Amino acid sequence: MKKILFPIMAAAALMAGSAWAGTLDDVKARGQLNCGVSEGVPGFSIPDSSGRWVGLDVDMCRALSSAIFNDDDKIKFVSLSSKQKILAVVTGQVDLTSRTTTWTMKRDTKEGVDFTAIVYFDGQAFMARKELGLKSATELDGATVCVTSGTTTELNLADFARANSIKFEPVVFEGKKEAVNAYKSGRCDALTTDYSQLAAFRTTFPKPDDHEILGDVISKEPLSPLVKHGDNQWKDLVTWLLVGLISAEELGVTKANVDDMKANSKNPTIQRMLGVSGDYGSYIGLEKDWLHKAIKATGNYGEIFDRNLGLGSKLKMQRGKNALWSQGGLLYVPPLR
Amino acid sequence: MTDLIAPPRSNPFAADKIVSAATQFLVVAAVLTGGYMLFVTTQGNLEARHIESGFTFLGHEAGFPIGDSLISFEPADSYGRAFVVGVINTFYVSVLSIIFATVVGVVMGVAQVSRNWLIAKLAEIYVEVMRNIPLLLTLLFVYGVVLAGLPSVRRSIELFDGGFLNQRGLYLPRPLPLDGFGFVLAATVIALIGAIALIVWARRYHDRTGVAVPSARISFGLLFGLPLLAYFVAGAPLDWELPVLKGFNYRGGLVFRPEFAALLLGLVVYRGAFIAENVRSGIQAVGKGQREAAAAVGLTPGRTMQLVVLPQALRTIIPSTTNDYASLVKDSSLAVAIGYPDMVSIGGTMIGQNGQAIEVIGMWMAIYLAINLVVSLLMNWANLKAQLVER
Repeated sequence: MKKILFPIMAAAALMAGSAWAGTLDDVKARGQLNCGVSEGVPGFSIPDSSGRWVGLDVDMCRALSSAIFNDDDKIKFVSLSSKQKILAVVTGQVDLTSRTTTWTMKRDTKEGVDFTAIVYFDGQAFMARKELGLKSATELDGATVCVTSGTTTELNLADFARANSIKFEPVVFEGKKEAVNAYKSGRCDALTTDYSQLAAFRTTFPKPDDHEILGDVISKEPLSPLVKHGDNQWKDLVTWLLVGLISAEELGVTKANVDDMKANSKNPTIQRMLGVSGDYGSYIGLEKDWLHKAIKATGNYGEIFDRNLGLGSKLKMQRGKNALWSQGGLLYVPPLR
Repeated sequence: MTDLIAPPRSNPFAADKIVSAATQFLVVAAVLTGGYMLFVTTQGNLEARHIESGFTFLGHEAGFPIGDSLISFEPADSYGRAFVVGVINTFYVSVLSIIFATVVGVVMGVAQVSRNWLIAKLAEIYVEVMRNIPLLLTLLFVYGVVLAGLPSVRRSIELFDGGFLNQRGLYLPRPLPLDGFGFVLAATVIALIGAIALIVWARRYHDRTGVAVPSARISFGLLFGLPLLAYFVAGAPLDWELPVLKGFNYRGGLVFRPEFAALLLGLVVYRGAFIAENVRSGIQAVGKGQREAAAAVGLTPGRTMQLVVLPQALRTIIPSTTNDYASLVKDSSLAVAIGYPDMVSIGGTMIGQNGQAIEVIGMWMAIYLAINLVVSLLMNWANLKAQLVER
């Protein structure tokens, strides 16, 4: 009944009058950041064997916590289903949702949330058993496909079917785990969700090599953390923190060398970034060395990627579209000045 | 002197009446004001957060597919139709579960008071196990067992010609009526009316003369015999669409999917245990003397149960079973956990796509309320009938 209760609680929160204090003030007063994450997607947000949340999305919250509190663990992680992720932000249950959420026009304009910066460029794909010998997702006509509800995935699947005049038999689950398990048990011919997640789930299979991810990527899924609509200071803070982490990679500032860079770098951009010159932190309500603290805790974007998704992780994913623009990827952020 | 003992005339302006009327008025006014303020605040908050409200979205294109639907549904259809699909699915699985849970409950309840030690103990174990495990776990377990126990599509079990069982469901031939099938339908209706008339007449005849007519057997024969006769007279006007393995799945025919089967089975065994307890306690509430009296006039144990004990037990069974039916309808919302597209699952998708949670939750509540009020009405009517049996 928990699943049903949640929207009711959210609705109740909407019915109550609430003061509109700034989120940053609330977070500082509380001494803790409330960060909405997934129910467990390897590489993005999942508790490790000791119960500590890890992943790319989790590290974004850790960087944020470090920038505010100089401590990467002043966070309460709230595990949210797809259906809950937007409501939880709107009602103030969490300060931000960092949970593989696709930036769409409707969500941004009609649902009371704002997106910040894109942390991962994804696309929806299909996974199927190798023994089927499929070459393309268009050959899946008549197949049973496992999906998760309340996501853009469901809509993309329907659009793809219509565009290619094929038919799917969808089996829709509330949670990712249930959908993956149903696929594993053979209930479905294919499983569909974002490419990165398929790759991540595949590593958890007993025989990952029996499954293949089909080449067709059927949608654009720019994933971005989201905050409540209308609190511009908070939105700016989250956005520029993400920009800062990516800029740090561009400039070669890493977890290991950030102290050294701060003391010795002659590069004016790095000096501005790490609070040696100027006071950029005050623009977003933080201290001078906000980005220094964040990088010191989590490293730059590249390090976060490698640790959670890339070669330093079990998933061994390539940077692909998520490489810096200067290395053929799509990561191109506005200048920190 | 008669004036002294005349009953006091009720005076609507007496002090205590005014106080009580004023209190009631104030309470109602406070509730209404509270409700209105809640509504205004909600509207204000929704507007302040730029969240759309209202029910216009029901007319917009849904865009998502639904796997298991009793009426045709395409992604291009509206949200409204999608929700209707969910309501029908909820209603369908609830009604079937109520029927089967009742059968299971009665059988298990009677078995619990059986004089056969083994049967009584087995029934008791069933009741204790099922009603002490959370339904969600039962559902997940049943679903897991159903999926793990069935073969893949390629290795389907062929039950008979055109009947297949695999992980994707139970596939059966679908009957397609041809010309002349109306004749068979008409015969069925006639047989039904005839059977009811026969039973009513037989009962009156029995009351009047004491002579028993085997009306049950005759009407049973009538119900099956007449339509069957009509079927062959009309030249078997029925074609069968067989499910055929094509590509990934069987196509055509009738299909019962594993999600539906698991939900139905889970609801039936879980709620059946509660109903079995109602039946057991109802039977045990009937005085021992009743049974002894029935035995004294020579009724067999079976006839005693049927004619003496159960009719009286119904009086205690029905009210608590009404609650169980209402719970069962609400429990069907756990379908979301195992991927059956009931009203809550589809409504959840709508919230996910639209963000209009308040409207969808309002619709859920209204539909559950409506279904359960109908269940309540029917059960209260049944209760009235059972009470009338009292002499």
